[in-house]
Amino acid sequence: MSRALQVGEAVTVDARYPDGHIRTPYYIRGKTGVVCAAMGEFPDPEVAAANGRTDAMRALYRVRFLQRDTWADYAGSDHDTIDIEIYAHWLTPIEEAAQ
Amino acid sequence: MSDAAKGVPGHRGYHDIGGLAEGPVAQTEHVLEPWEKRVDALRVLLGDNKRQILRADGLRHAIETMGEDLYLELTYYERWMAAIIKVLVERGLMNETEIRDRMSAIQARLDIPPARTRPWPRIESP
Repeated sequence: MSRALQVGEAVTVDARYPDGHIRTPYYIRGKTGVVCAAMGEFPDPEVAAANGRTDAMRALYRVRFLQRDTWADYAGSDHDTIDIEIYAHWLTPIEEAAQ
Repeated sequence: MSDAAKGVPGHRGYHDIGGLAEGPVAQTEHVLEPWEKRVDALRVLLGDNKRQILRADGLRHAIETMGEDLYLELTYYERWMAAIIKVLVERGLMNETEIRDRMSAIQARLDIPPARTRPWPRIESP
């Protein structure tokens, strides 16, 4: 995805499982959360890991998920959340995903 | 279309263990050994703007491709050291003979019996 995401926007994490160094935790792939901050742009860690360095920049967002959505057996409060910083190329706004 | 592209849960890195049952986390501080601090310093120097040989992403890549058996056998900074050796050898900056010879010289100088040292980590290139 290429456009900037807005704080408050609902996004779904890609359910992709590529080899290599991936900063998107396995357990959050396929889950839906809400953007809570834009962190700026950073060198793409996936490319940098394989090549040693990269000039490719990726936007990084802090995304907030409900714990009950994240863990099938979560026994805590329905309001508990977890924040994860995820690169833009892993995130799809839910209205675009539905099209 | 590959399984990965279809989104079938597939590859999970052996390091990517969030949410798996691993028992309680030890919460006590442990004192770093001098060699562990030295390995940390080596990695920082290899990744500085002058050298740009091994940055954090490359360190992670090397650790995440060393194979699960070796990953589970090594301690935290042993993984870093194995990753540093792997990258230095792959980049042609040092070869295994030079590293072995240096290790032997240091063992002799410090009078460490070879039996007390760990086996050389075998790291397969991807």
